[in-house]
Amino acid sequence: MDPITLSRWQFGLTTVYHFLFVPLTLGLSWFVAFLQTRYYQTRDETFRKMAKFWGKLFLINFAIGVVTGIVQEFQFGMNWSEYSRYVGDIFGAPLAVEALLAFFMESTFLGVWIFGEGKVPEKVHLAAIWLAAIGSNLSALWILLANGWMQHPVGYVINEVTDRAELVNFFALVGNPKGWLFFWHTIAAGLTTASFLMLGVSAYHLARKQNVDLFKRSFQMAAIVGLIASTLVFFGGHTNGQYMYETQPMKFSAIEAHWETSQPAAFSILTIGDLSGKQEVWSIRMPAVLSFLACNNFNCEVRGVNDIQAEYESTYGPGDYVPLMVVTYWTFRFMMVVGFLMMLISFLFLLATRGRYENAKWMKRVPLVIALPYIANMSGWILTEMGRQPWIVQGLLTVEKAVSPNLTTVDLLISLIGYTVVYGSLAVAMFYLMRKFAVAGPDAAMHESVDAAPASVGSQD
Amino acid sequence: MSYEFLQTLWFILIAVLWIGFHFLEGFDFGVGMLLPFLGKKDEERRAIINTIGSVWDGNEVWLLTAGGATFAAFPHWYATMFSGFYLALFLLLVGLIIRGVAFEYRSKDANPRWRNLFDWMIAVGSFLAALLLGAAFANLARGVPINADMMYTGNLFTLLNPYGLLGGLTTVVIFLLHGANFLGLKLEGELRERVNGFAKRLWIAASLLYIALGVFTYAAGFWARGIVNPGIVPITAVIVLLLTGFFLNRKMEGWAFIMTALNIVLTQVTFFSMTFPNVMISSTNPAWSLTIYNASSSQYTLTVMSIVALIFVPIVLAYQGWTYYMFRKRISTDKKSLVY
Ligand code: HDD
Ligand code: HEM
Ligand code: HEM
Repeated sequence: MDPITLSRWQFGLTTVYHFLFVPLTLGLSWFVAFLQTRYYQTRDETFRKMAKFWGKLFLINFAIGVVTGIVQEFQFGMNWSEYSRYVGDIFGAPLAVEALLAFFMESTFLGVWIFGEGKVPEKVHLAAIWLAAIGSNLSALWILLANGWMQHPVGYVINEVTDRAELVNFFALVGNPKGWLFFWHTIAAGLTTASFLMLGVSAYHLARKQNVDLFKRSFQMAAIVGLIASTLVFFGGHTNGQYMYETQPMKFSAIEAHWETSQPAAFSILTIGDLSGKQEVWSIRMPAVLSFLACNNFNCEVRGVNDIQAEYESTYGPGDYVPLMVVTYWTFRFMMVVGFLMMLISFLFLLATRGRYENAKWMKRVPLVIALPYIANMSGWILTEMGRQPWIVQGLLTVEKAVSPNLTTVDLLISLIGYTVVYGSLAVAMFYLMRKFAVAGPDAAMHESVDAAPASVGSQD
Repeated sequence: MSYEFLQTLWFILIAVLWIGFHFLEGFDFGVGMLLPFLGKKDEERRAIINTIGSVWDGNEVWLLTAGGATFAAFPHWYATMFSGFYLALFLLLVGLIIRGVAFEYRSKDANPRWRNLFDWMIAVGSFLAALLLGAAFANLARGVPINADMMYTGNLFTLLNPYGLLGGLTTVVIFLLHGANFLGLKLEGELRERVNGFAKRLWIAASLLYIALGVFTYAAGFWARGIVNPGIVPITAVIVLLLTGFFLNRKMEGWAFIMTALNIVLTQVTFFSMTFPNVMISSTNPAWSLTIYNASSSQYTLTVMSIVALIFVPIVLAYQGWTYYMFRKRISTDKKSLVY
């Protein structure tokens, strides 16, 4: 395999892995901060236990998010050195700002929160978790502005002398609608992820009649937030789609397998392509719906992949500008279906909480819903990133030209296999601990460490 | 502000970030490496980890910020160094990954084998990171093969030359000593006595290696490749290192810690003044070296970043300093007070 393919696999795998942990951190931090605040206000022990229990799961997840993030920070230089040279003048800025503004805040105050209970004044301890939550979400904002720039570059010029892109307007970078739309969609997705984890874990305990009061409260809270957040995800996604139609028409048509320009355009329910993934064989479509999705108007024109390809060839020279359509098409559908499903599920759960739902038979099955947000998160990023191919920066630089020229296949195989082994082992350890503490319930989490906890925790294994 | 002034300013800022990182994470790495040797019982190991529990992640962010700032201010430096040192950096990252997870996970299960495994991950991870960082900085001082297109033309073994290895080893031992001094400040009772004994022995090894590294640097002419002569800074670094032993013998732990901290800071100052205005010296042809002038971002980006740094660096320093103050108490092996 050639170095480019290997670098792409490595970047894709490590980043998707990082993002397995990110959304839960983003969402759950707010829940924990809120619960601790409720305890502070009401002195109700149940809130304290809730904050502790969900906080424990938050920390187990957070640890992996941090260490995989370190890899991300250095990968651009390691594997994409030509990219770093060509756009570092612009792209480096949000990354540096992220570290300075967000990572310091997040890590420092989380340290205060973990270690400060009983050692710092209670108000300071409470402020610490809020600052950590804000720090996490700020870090998402900056990295998404960086990514938004790659999808829709703004505020730069090409300097002929230095032969690279240079920043001329920092405020355009910071105000890039693409980044803010990503932020909206991703933060809401994070809250959805946390809500569904809470729904699943609470249902597990309710089905076993353990800590009923505590988990009913958690369930109810998660159902409310889940409904609001998944609705926000939907509107964010819709707006993202419309902006994509304006800024990345090729991606837009590729997620729809929309080959030929049409007016009005139909929305694909199911399209089967040929083996190359580049041609349609058979499809069922809903007339005019795609036009509506693109521009809130049932009669606008949506350009097809073939037309856009022809236009790009005349602008950028010969080449293949069509992303891998099987992937973009299906990931988009996974995300959407799961998105609607989660809106529906959280709505139904919310209705159910008005009755004696904790005794319901279906409670036992609810833990399965935990998988849903993860499917949608992965799908969303894979479609966003692979839909941009062959560009690394839309219209400016292709992935092929971005890779580090000095790396050999051997270098890359060593690192790719190494990351896979290390990340794989981490996943096992993290899954084991997550499950153990989720199942053990709040009493185990109340203790500062495991040996002080009741025997049930240690005897899990 | 003139372009040249901004380039120099960012060189200094990045140097400050590296200095802060070595000073802070230096004792974290040392504590990590000492863990399995110093802590005999489980509570002791937990107490040792708890001394850095609330700060290690914040300390590591100094490295992330140094990386991010290099990307933003000197993209060519970032690109050449990180792609050039690819496998070394990969190993460094593995080291940071395994130790970071282990801090958080080791006490979350009571099984002694689980705990022992994670303790060794902390020690090995810290060792790898310290060794590779030291080797990388030594090679930067020595010069690495870089061609006219700013591309690194060596491989991993290019970095494993005697000077690089000596740099790595010295860094490991200095960090061990620095970590022991930090523990002397943070532990109490029997552990505190034990760590003092460790520190005295480490001090001898550290002094010998450090002087050897200095002599090598001088004899091989890596001394002043740029326009600044480090002058008496390195001599002061040796003196403070020697003074560490004096304070250790008198059990003046605070002073011993200040001395190793100063040694680390002065070593970094020496390094950055030895190379300035180069950021990566080409051993192939000095004319192909990366300098703050040919590797930097545009004037506009540097200006924007300067404003951001001017506002936020003091804020970060203030709250990080405050957390050290908040957690200044010694850590006992009393289980009830332990977190990790
Ligand atoms: C939308 C959110 C998001 C996205 C797209 C990314 N990250 Fe991330 N990152 C976070 C959201 C986040 C976070 C929520 O802030 C994390 C996750 C868990 C955590 O501990 O903090 C984090 C941790 C984290 C850390 C460790 C910080 C520390 O030590 O405290 C680094 C260095 C990065 N990330 C860097 C990156 C880079 C370079 C990315 C791009 C390729 C990236 N992240 C994608
Ligand atoms: C955390 C969520 C993210 C996920 C899950 C993700 C996923 C992916 C995937 C799957 C690819 C491979 C595409 C392909 O090669 O076909 C990719 C490529 C890439 N992504 Fe992301 N990405 C994420 C965030 C980001 C962010 C925030 C940035 C930059 C700030 C970024 C920068 C890149 C770059 C530089 C590539 C190019 C390498 C390549 O094309 O393989 N990604 N990403
Ligand atoms: C309900 C209908 C949904 C729609 C219409 C939708 C739409 C979109 C679109 C168009 C993108 C691509 C943006 C771009 O590349 O410019 C996207 C990306 C993404 N989606 Fe969705 N989405 C939906 C549901 C979800 C759900 C439920 C989740 C997760 C809980 C999710 C998570 C993501 C993520 C993480 C990304 C990548 C980041 C980003 O591009 O904002 N989406 N979505």
